Amino acid sequence: MFKRTALSLIFSTGLALSQFATADIAYISNEKDNSLSLIDLNTLELKETIKVGQRPRGIIFSKDYSKLYICASDDDTVQVLDVKTNQIIANLPSGEDPEQFALAPDDRHLFIANEDDALVTIVDTQTKLVVAQIDVGVEPEGMAVSPNGKIAVNTSETTSMLHWIDTQTNELYDNTLVDQRPRHVEFNKSGNLLWASSEIGGSVVVIDTESREIKHKLKFEIRGIHPDRIQPVGVKLTQDGRYAFVALGPANHVAVVDAKTFEVIKYLMVGRRVWHMGFSTDESKLVTTNGISGDVSIIDVNKLKVVKTIRVGRYPWGVAVLPAAYKP
Amino acid sequence: MIWYWRVFCGITQREFLRFIQQRSRFLSALVRPLLWLIVFAAGFRAVLGVSIMPPYGTYITYQVYIAPGLVAMILLFNAMQSALSMVYDREMGSMKLLLTSPAPRSFLLISKLVATALVALPQVYGFLLIALWVEVDPPLIGYLAVLPACLLVALMLGAIGLLISSFIKQLENFAGVMNFVIFPMFFLSSALYPLWKMQEAGPLLYTICAYNPFTYGVELIRFSLYGELSLSNLVIVTGLTLVFTLLATLSFDPQRGQKPKR
Repeated sequence: MFKRTALSLIFSTGLALSQFATADIAYISNEKDNSLSLIDLNTLELKETIKVGQRPRGIIFSKDYSKLYICASDDDTVQVLDVKTNQIIANLPSGEDPEQFALAPDDRHLFIANEDDALVTIVDTQTKLVVAQIDVGVEPEGMAVSPNGKIAVNTSETTSMLHWIDTQTNELYDNTLVDQRPRHVEFNKSGNLLWASSEIGGSVVVIDTESREIKHKLKFEIRGIHPDRIQPVGVKLTQDGRYAFVALGPANHVAVVDAKTFEVIKYLMVGRRVWHMGFSTDESKLVTTNGISGDVSIIDVNKLKVVKTIRVGRYPWGVAVLPAAYKP
Repeated sequence: MIWYWRVFCGITQREFLRFIQQRSRFLSALVRPLLWLIVFAAGFRAVLGVSIMPPYGTYITYQVYIAPGLVAMILLFNAMQSALSMVYDREMGSMKLLLTSPAPRSFLLISKLVATALVALPQVYGFLLIALWVEVDPPLIGYLAVLPACLLVALMLGAIGLLISSFIKQLENFAGVMNFVIFPMFFLSSALYPLWKMQEAGPLLYTICAYNPFTYGVELIRFSLYGELSLSNLVIVTGLTLVFTLLATLSFDPQRGQKPKR
């Protein structure tokens, strides 16, 4: 009897421990496979693949991590995935061809770039209604909302501009000309600086949010790689303000930039055509999506070293990380 | 038993003394692979970043790829240089002196092989240390795991060298043999290109590479340098080492090169 009780105690303790011993999970959208790949960030292994709408690109979690919003570009909708059941529970009106989007700090409003319509669509995720549509430049792409929620910035690829939107009035109040084909924008933690990448221009600019003036311009140079192939896309900043990571597209490298001095520290070789990136919760790992090679690379942020590359679906595009604490 | 140990220590000491006295040998042993690593591989730096292959978990630069092959190159040159000195010793008669020892000839020859392999190790670690500078930075465990792998590969190559030296009559003939052994062995292996690349180049080249003992030595070093044991390569290299050592000891003839020419 004693033996059985002891065994069941050990078993139940083990079970409880195994439930706690969870890991962050990186959700990767596979543009050409219409799927999401789920990667365990402890074991660095592919866990699961989920079928979603057509051409999933931008993905983002709600603040409580119960829902994942997915830009299903070819379905002209933003899908809502229930993280517990992995089922699509709703489709939000998004305007045509949604590519990138940003969730406002109010956890309610999605700012969606509609690439084919030269529009930014604001959707209320609760009422599932379009709140506003704002005309921007041709081929809008990158989208970010400031940490205080007052400013939204969109990039338009063909117009080569950043469009500044006042989120109180939902009106465009300024434009900033940057190098050719701006693809992505990212606010720093305090929101006083905005980083914007230009794909064809091969540069990243750091802009003062208040004055909207360009403070720094970064250029990249990789030994043995033609400058034309250095095409910055995704940008990610560490919360401690130490590093900025810039995905350099067909250069197959990620640049590590000192976010204080704006100097490039290192280039890390990843898969082919690196698009976007996402941090693990503790920011010890950075996941990069490598479009053409169909895999994701994991960067050890402390060692600044690529530790593993994992095969996922065809043309991985976006990354969103579900913290271990929120594992369903 | 102690007596055997003394003989072994004597032979090893002689090999190390010879190595230390030939400073240029150490220098060239380092410069040769470093030239390949820093000058040759730099031009192809980004070429290999297109495929992931074990033991690497991610994309690697060409420099990272060829580093294990260059380690094997050090072992290969060291083995051939030792074989050369064997021919020299035979011509000069110092080999005869060694063979006057009451220890069995096979023991003496195997001791010489082990001593030669030990001499190669400082060269390998010297190279790996400098290679850190071009970001060839395997995990720490790899530096430890590569030691037995290098010893085994050095023994295999040393036995091949000894076997070749058995068929060389005079020192002058050796240079030609070096060209016909070292270069084909190195180029027709996985040292510079992965075997799947060779497969693209043609089935004949691939087959030659697949039958080259050096390929298995390179791969054994490659895996162990990244803390992984490649059992198939280990079995093949061990087997080849035994076969070549047996053949070398059987075919060794101290009188060769000293017989009157007809």
